[in-house]
Amino acid sequence: MTAAILSIRGLAKRFGANVVSGNIDLDLVTNEVHAVIGPNGAGKTTLINQVIGELTPDAGTIYFDGRDITALPVYQRSLLGLSRSYQITSVFPGFTALENVSIAAQGHDGHSFGVWYPAAREETLTAASLASLQQVGLAEKAYCLASELAHGERRQLELAMALVSKSKVLLLDEPMAGMGRRESESMVQLLSMLKGQYTMLLIEHDMDAVFALADRISVLVYGKIIATGSPSEIRNSPEVRKAYLGESYASA
Amino acid sequence: MLLFPESISPRSPRFIAVAALLVVLAIVPPIAANAGGPFYVTLALRILVFALAAASLNLLLGYAGLVSFGHALYLGIGAYVVAILSFHGVTNGWLHLGVALALSAIIAFLTGLVCLRTSGIAFIMITLAFAQMFFFLATSLKYYGGDDGLAVARRSDFEPLFSIQSNTGLYYVTVVVLVATLYLSWRLVHSRLGRVLRGASSNVRRMEALGFPVLRYRLAAYVMAGCVCGFAGLLLGNLARFASPAYMAWTVSGDLIVMIILGGVATIVGPLIGAIVYVILETIIAAYTQHWMVVLGPIILLVALFAKRGIYGSFLAWERRIDFAR
Amino acid sequence: MTWSLFFVQALNGLQYGVLLFLLAAGLTLVFGIMNFVNLAHGSFYMLGAYLGAAVYSASGSFVLAGVAAVTGALVIGVAIERTTLIAFYARDHLYQVLATVGLILFFNEIARILWGSSAIYMRAPQAFTGAISLMGILYPSYRFLVIAVGLAVAVGLYVLIHHTRIGMLTRAGATNLRLVSVLGINIRLLNTALFGLGAALAGLAGLMAAPILAVQPGMGDNIIVTVLVVIVVGGIGSIRGAFFGALIVGLVDTIGRVYLPILLSHLTERDSADAAGSALASMLIYLFMAVVLAVRPQGLFPMPR
Repeated sequence: MTAAILSIRGLAKRFGANVVSGNIDLDLVTNEVHAVIGPNGAGKTTLINQVIGELTPDAGTIYFDGRDITALPVYQRSLLGLSRSYQITSVFPGFTALENVSIAAQGHDGHSFGVWYPAAREETLTAASLASLQQVGLAEKAYCLASELAHGERRQLELAMALVSKSKVLLLDEPMAGMGRRESESMVQLLSMLKGQYTMLLIEHDMDAVFALADRISVLVYGKIIATGSPSEIRNSPEVRKAYLGESYASA
Repeated sequence: MLLFPESISPRSPRFIAVAALLVVLAIVPPIAANAGGPFYVTLALRILVFALAAASLNLLLGYAGLVSFGHALYLGIGAYVVAILSFHGVTNGWLHLGVALALSAIIAFLTGLVCLRTSGIAFIMITLAFAQMFFFLATSLKYYGGDDGLAVARRSDFEPLFSIQSNTGLYYVTVVVLVATLYLSWRLVHSRLGRVLRGASSNVRRMEALGFPVLRYRLAAYVMAGCVCGFAGLLLGNLARFASPAYMAWTVSGDLIVMIILGGVATIVGPLIGAIVYVILETIIAAYTQHWMVVLGPIILLVALFAKRGIYGSFLAWERRIDFAR
Repeated sequence: MTWSLFFVQALNGLQYGVLLFLLAAGLTLVFGIMNFVNLAHGSFYMLGAYLGAAVYSASGSFVLAGVAAVTGALVIGVAIERTTLIAFYARDHLYQVLATVGLILFFNEIARILWGSSAIYMRAPQAFTGAISLMGILYPSYRFLVIAVGLAVAVGLYVLIHHTRIGMLTRAGATNLRLVSVLGINIRLLNTALFGLGAALAGLAGLMAAPILAVQPGMGDNIIVTVLVVIVVGGIGSIRGAFFGALIVGLVDTIGRVYLPILLSHLTERDSADAAGSALASMLIYLFMAVVLAVRPQGLFPMPR
């Protein structure tokens, strides 16, 4: 039984009377792809925001790699090996794709107080960035400005930025958001290639993708986890069917 | 060329324009001597000192996205250090410089710790408020002239290395400092720190999630910008032979911002271009009417409304366009 | 350090505070909705003072002067908003602030052209030139009038914000502008109305301040920075914050200026204590702001968002 690399215990968060996270317990096992699904407004993005530290929970603890990170600021969690992608594309529009990834690599490569040497000439950063772009299939667009990339390419860039820093855990917030059929399929292929090498917490609405990639699935409804299990367990669970999936998946 | 942080062809319009500008800067004093004497050197000096101050602010405003409306504070610090030390008989230029830089650094560090925790309009208002605080501090120093300011007894003494006792000497020193600052800014913008600042300017949240403690880097930039502006203040105090609380009025910070926007935000040479245009414009209008503010006010409004890329920024965009066409 | 001195200074602080509130209210209202900070607000204050002083010396009626100041500021404010500021609502804060700086310089110079550079002194209205007795202490009745007017405006604004339709729209707009406009409310009109109200209040403040301070070009420049401190301390966008922030800043500044030199003179010798005391006193509200921000960066009574 492999140990949990990320453990969430009793996570709670409310905005006024609205409970966005209600006593959440979740374990992420090393190298598994753990999908979190649920209806809109269930609190999935808020969950990731709290894990990465952009949002402070009202209660609960988060353990990463054995240590309690609940009080750590965002950048320190990133340095420990936790990285995330955003549901709404958050690449840097004024920089090229290569520069975007290079900045991500720079964040985990010592301090950035250098004021003299041009970062673009740093061989190690550039090499690692090109490799990541290669990995996600964006190598030919390396020198295009991020603002000029198509939506799907920007989502790929987001992923490349998350990968380059050699993170232990990837928190992926709807990587396929806004993608068409073909783009989604390429993204699923890409993620399945990474399966087994990276631990991933995957938030997605695309059920085909979820069932293709996930080792385990947790279902989040109104801030509470109502079920956790293997894809077939979740597919056949009556509670989940009632709350979220609908008849078509239940009978598959 | 390893001297340049980015590859630039010596035949590109940008290279030629900047080279021409440097040549012009170098020959102002001899030309002025023929044309009409000391007035033009003084005018050119005023332009360069403000260009230096604007360039330091551009690092924060243009590249880091930090709209500081109280940057003129450091002009006052530099000028007052010269005036006060000189008042007490201390005229060693290196001491003046050391104290001006140290004081600017300390004040920038302390105010930065407070300001940089805010963003947006709050940041603008707080930087404005801090500058105002020092303005009032200066006016309340009755011993050092208060509202009326303090005359500089004797200019900073940098002999035997060089002398700024004459305006020509001061001019060349200022040119050197300005060109060095622009060069170092150019390098900084392309360095690791420059990337962090520029990235944070578009998305702080993202930078933090990538592992960057953004506040730390912004504070470093804030202190550096303050020090360079303090240096500009020292030069201003020497130029005017006077230190006045008026140097720290927030309208002066506004002037610096106009120069940056006019010249081109987030360009290295923009602040210099902006300073040249703005100061000359101001001088010409003032020669026609005592009420030149009535004209300048609306001009500032128009600059704010229309100047998207500024003069030098538009030039760079044009250069990029013809490059693609080729 | 006598109680009567303290009491008088506290009343002075209150009077300064309500003046700051009249200015802060308008500024923060517009910021809450349109996310626009109008530094030229100080110019409405100045114009109100000048118009009021001009009408008062021509007519002898303080009430008429009041009407002139308020309507004049209102008209000019609405005109400026509709013609100039409207072009900046979509722009970055940088350009908005810069535009308002241009306006300030313009208005200051207009004032200089129309009324000259030297200060104009206006006398308090006949009925209020004396002093009233309060618990054995004499206090100028005009300053009392200022306090009364300020508090009346505060009550009026409270009623407006919490008990009228416009107020409800303002509060709703401050929390979710897009939703309000989608519901069919004309946001532009609402904002112009609020802007006009703010300008009118600033004009009123200018008139009320005229008999106490000197009326001169640029009189709005320094007070507007104090108003910014008020808003930052109170919480940007919040009327309640503007009210309590204004009172706190008014009291801290007034009492600080009087007592800090006295306090320091107890500790050191006379001369330097005076200088240090007055220097520190002028910095006091900014240091206070820094402390508030360090502890509570969103201000004391922030808008719930």
